[in-house]
Amino acid sequence: MTDNAKKIKSEKKTGSTISRRQFTTGVAAAGAVASVGPWYIKNARAADPLKVGVLLPRSGGQAQIGIDCQRGADAALPILKNLGYPEMKFMLADFETKVDIARTQTAKLIDEGAQIIVGAFDSGATMAAAQVCEQRNIPLVVNIAAVPKLTGMGLQWVFRNFPHGPMIVKDAFINQKALFSMTGHTPKTVTLMHVNDTFGSSLAGALFKLAPKFKMPYKIVEKISYDPYGRDLSAEVRKAKASGGEALWVVSRLNDAIMMTKEMVKQRFEPMGIMSTGPGWYDQEYMKATGKFGDDVISLVPWHDSNKPLSKTLEAYFAKHHPNRQVNPNHTYTFEGIMIAADAYKRAGSNNAKALQAALRTTNITNNVTTAERIAFDKTGQNPHVKNSAVQNRGGKNLVILPKSAAVAKPNWPMRPWRKRG
Amino acid sequence: MDFWTLANALATGLLTGLVYGLSALGLSVIFGVIRIVNFAHGEIMVMGMFFALIMFRWLGLDPLLSIPLAAAILFVFGYFLQSTVISRVAHLPDHMQFLLLAALAVMIVNACLLIFGPDPQAINISYSFDSFDIGENLIIDKSRAYAAIAAVAISGLLLGFFKYSRTGKAIRACADNYLGAQVVGLKVSHLYALTFGIGAAVLGAAGCVLLLLIEVHPYLAPGYTLLAFVIVIIGGLGSMTGALVGGILIGMSEALAAIIFQPSMKSAFSFGLLILVLLLRPQGLMGKSVK
Repeated sequence: MTDNAKKIKSEKKTGSTISRRQFTTGVAAAGAVASVGPWYIKNARAADPLKVGVLLPRSGGQAQIGIDCQRGADAALPILKNLGYPEMKFMLADFETKVDIARTQTAKLIDEGAQIIVGAFDSGATMAAAQVCEQRNIPLVVNIAAVPKLTGMGLQWVFRNFPHGPMIVKDAFINQKALFSMTGHTPKTVTLMHVNDTFGSSLAGALFKLAPKFKMPYKIVEKISYDPYGRDLSAEVRKAKASGGEALWVVSRLNDAIMMTKEMVKQRFEPMGIMSTGPGWYDQEYMKATGKFGDDVISLVPWHDSNKPLSKTLEAYFAKHHPNRQVNPNHTYTFEGIMIAADAYKRAGSNNAKALQAALRTTNITNNVTTAERIAFDKTGQNPHVKNSAVQNRGGKNLVILPKSAAVAKPNWPMRPWRKRG
Repeated sequence: MDFWTLANALATGLLTGLVYGLSALGLSVIFGVIRIVNFAHGEIMVMGMFFALIMFRWLGLDPLLSIPLAAAILFVFGYFLQSTVISRVAHLPDHMQFLLLAALAVMIVNACLLIFGPDPQAINISYSFDSFDIGENLIIDKSRAYAAIAAVAISGLLLGFFKYSRTGKAIRACADNYLGAQVVGLKVSHLYALTFGIGAAVLGAAGCVLLLLIEVHPYLAPGYTLLAFVIVIIGGLGSMTGALVGGILIGMSEALAAIIFQPSMKSAFSFGLLILVLLLRPQGLMGKSVK
């Protein structure tokens, strides 16, 4: 039989026209492709935008704050892109300032493909979102929420870059002592007013628990809780005035802050000073609504460090896009929340949930905005490096007065009487 | 707790209660005549608040001066609503009326959200931070005092209208005896529409007055609808004087609860009072008993 005949016979038997040499060459080529394939595919996934579910209150009582947080998130996209972070795509959700809706909206975001969730500002809503994320194995990066048990329950998918209640209170005590020492005026008694929700109750509870341990020079003579949906706060302020506390410490939000200030002026309630731990009192909307009466309030809150390069970038962005707004914690912590997600995605090289979780656990960002020396998470998911400042309202601006390293002004303490404000 | 703290609390409660009473009056007027429960009560009042806000922002007009125009516009709205929409369901079962008005409420809230956004908005008038001093120890908030005076004046006008005017008497006739009113030749459908218009006008006025005291946002409405229900049930559904009395009672009980117990218990006290009235006098303090 000739070679050709043998070849034809072989082809007829196998029905194939590929030679052994061709087959071997092909297998070798396939092997070469397979060895680089996963890398190619992995990088293709990393090139896809990370789908970030941004869960915030965009309507209801906290709408203003939620919309403000979104400004921080929006700032993150162009700034992080310039820094070489991978592309992200936002999926926005509104929990309407209701905890039960936070739960359903989180589930909806995940069902619609969100690979990581950032949110949710409100402590109760964040707790609800955390439970859903834990059940569904999707990472949650908490932008702002102070309730301690968020990172105290052993949750594996929650990462918080914000101080919890005891941390806020501890730094608040330290800053208060420094304030009293600097100015030589120490109140002997303090009245505490707090909003009666998860945030207010947990923070006020932490305050009570830690005050004796820090040997504070004052006694808390009255603790007044009020309805977060209250129509007016005249009775609450009256009770605070009657309590006889020399200074007033409040844990509240924006609308309450405005109502309280108006009532305090009308009822001629003039404490030595007003200290706030929480949002509202440093807000532009508060200062606009209260004018000169909003000055001299001291907010003992997490704040950004204006001296850091990334802070300056963020401030420049706001000066251009929101010239009537000063950078505040709503912006900075939400910005950092997005940055944490982007950083994890970049290091993981994958949008796979487990890969993101592992990357989040090894986060170590030093080029940040807030006063924390770094963003890194301990085994509970908490960033232990977050710090708080003392910020005073002055002429429509927020001025850092403590710690001294970040201070840009000296404190006005005691505060000026209402009738003597030009 | 000293006497003057209590006195100041009660004074504030009384003034606030008068404003609450005005806000509940609209509900009482409408139910008293047409026998329809206006579940869009709070929402119509919020429309009045937003109107006063616009007048303040565009023309610098004090909300108290916006009352006539707000009342007129909402009167027309209420008249139109009754004559074209609500009259069509008046004969249907109560739950159908509820659904209609609840739907209207949702539409109003969403319209407000679209136009004004979700942010609470307040006005800063020249006396926002001022108070009257009565003697050495009694301090009366100026905004609240003016709001209460306006509430009393508007309530007085309304009561006077129903008692002394020809149209007011005709409306009362419809409320007392529907068939009799028709027999004597009264245009009942027109009088019903007038009544709803008057109820809406009162809400517009109440909204202007309330803007002196609190911020406005679209989600404010349900709380005030609920408050109005509590007030009219305590005072007596259909009784205008009862609405004012109920408002004062609620205002003062909230003030006392906040001072004596905890401010966060204010609402608990209001609802406690409601339960007490329902148990002891279900027709309300000034309502007519049903035999």
